[in-house]
Amino acid sequence: MNGMRIWFIEWIKKALLEVQEYVRMCVAAGAAMFSRPFYFRDVIEQIDVIGLGSLTVVLLTGFFTGAVLALQSGMTLDQFGARPFVGRLISASMIKELGPVLTALMLAGRVGSGIAAELGSMVVTEQISALRALGTDPIRKLVVPRVLAGFIMCPILTVVSDTVGMLGGWIVALTQLRVSSGVYWSAVVEGLFIQDVYMGIIKPFFLGIVIVTIGCHVGLRTSGGTQGVGRSTTNAVVAASVLVLIVDFFVTRLLISILF
Amino acid sequence: MRAKSLAEFGLPVELAEAHAPVVLFDRVNLSFDDKVILRDVTFSVRAGHTKIFLGASGAGKSTILKLMLGLLKPDSGTIWVLGHRVDLMDEAQLMRVRHHMGMVFQEGALFDSFTVGENVGYKLYEETILPLEEVRQRVDEVLGFVGLAAHVDKLPSALSGGQRRRVAIARAMAARPTLLLYDEATTGLDPMTALTVDAEIVKLRDVEQVTSVLVTHQLRDAFYVATHEARRNAAGQIEIFEASEQKIEEADFLMIREGQVAFEGHASDLRATKDPYLKEFLS
Repeated sequence: MNGMRIWFIEWIKKALLEVQEYVRMCVAAGAAMFSRPFYFRDVIEQIDVIGLGSLTVVLLTGFFTGAVLALQSGMTLDQFGARPFVGRLISASMIKELGPVLTALMLAGRVGSGIAAELGSMVVTEQISALRALGTDPIRKLVVPRVLAGFIMCPILTVVSDTVGMLGGWIVALTQLRVSSGVYWSAVVEGLFIQDVYMGIIKPFFLGIVIVTIGCHVGLRTSGGTQGVGRSTTNAVVAASVLVLIVDFFVTRLLISILF
Repeated sequence: MRAKSLAEFGLPVELAEAHAPVVLFDRVNLSFDDKVILRDVTFSVRAGHTKIFLGASGAGKSTILKLMLGLLKPDSGTIWVLGHRVDLMDEAQLMRVRHHMGMVFQEGALFDSFTVGENVGYKLYEETILPLEEVRQRVDEVLGFVGLAAHVDKLPSALSGGQRRRVAIARAMAARPTLLLYDEATTGLDPMTALTVDAEIVKLRDVEQVTSVLVTHQLRDAFYVATHEARRNAAGQIEIFEASEQKIEEADFLMIREGQVAFEGHASDLRATKDPYLKEFLS
């Protein structure tokens, strides 16, 4: 029993230390964004890596989510004779919730793991120490460009995902459910309020920051050689995915109270 | 061994003074959790001189270099580097001191996604406002110095172990540092390749007037650096000779044993030691 208590206290200590270091890194990155030196070229490079590099996976995820949503909801709506309203359901679901969350989860898998693995490898091969020895602050050089790229690209990718999701739904509605294009797109527009659009665009800014900062934090805290890099990669994906869902809940709650 | 006090080193450090101490450790202690890494470590390194740290693996030698760079902070004691109290500085202040320092890491720690030229010119590209053409010239110059000018566009993965270490030396010297730290620069290399790396260290110290701090457990390399010197011949080429008595006096050995200074002196003192541990280490 005593051993269990000691283990629990140690676990709490470690968790608090991680939170402390995470907050410290975020504060340092925030401060570094508004002072020199600023590595503009690295920001552009990361926008390319995080944004354009994730386009394929986001396109595929968005398209098939919209398509399967149309298929499933078409069957349910049929029971009430409401098949023409399928567009309304898809636009509301995709823009308010599925677009931001699924895009964020895809980015957590692709970008979060990539960042953790890259920075983790740099830590274990002493490249981070070499950077510091050469007079470069790793937070400015490595963390800030990634955070800015995540902050900028996550909302853009979400809009792309929403758009192709509705396109996927339209194709299914047209070919499988026999709903005409005019009816589908009218329902899509009718199903949306401007507040929904705001919510769908504001949430990804927060989710983008969460994914990238978790990847950077876990990567920079890597220890234990190549095995440690593998562990960090897994931890980054798990932590970022769970946090995406948690942050999504709280930001949604906050936005509902502000916007509606 | 008695630890000298700070006053005995005559601080504050005047860098303009010939052979002023550029590094000074005064009763430095460091522990990680319950493990003592360094205990009451005191020494100084004078401008233009060589300090060679010997000791078994895990004795705390590399930690001393990390403390000099400010990558680690001591639990107690004071550390002066190039006239600055680095143990009290924050990261932003340390960056300014590090501009005058270079370090060669154990495995080179080259940026694996950059070419050799980009690695060598990294500091000049990123942290200075030198025109690109001047940076390229300097990169070619230092790569020529270490004999790797033909490899400028290769990735580090395409080089041999010895070549990677020489690129790491070129990267460390590109910004003309005052102080160069070598962390096991020859470990894992075959004797012939290690000798080429040793020669670069000697050339850099004597031709470029860089104060050198070496950490190694390779005795052959340590004695080579301490007992050789580099000079330009009449044709302007750099040649390596047996060092003069005065030059040998400028190289100090310091043995670290279980985090403490077990010996400090010149090559001849080390060879003449009666200490059983040192004799076993040297055998």
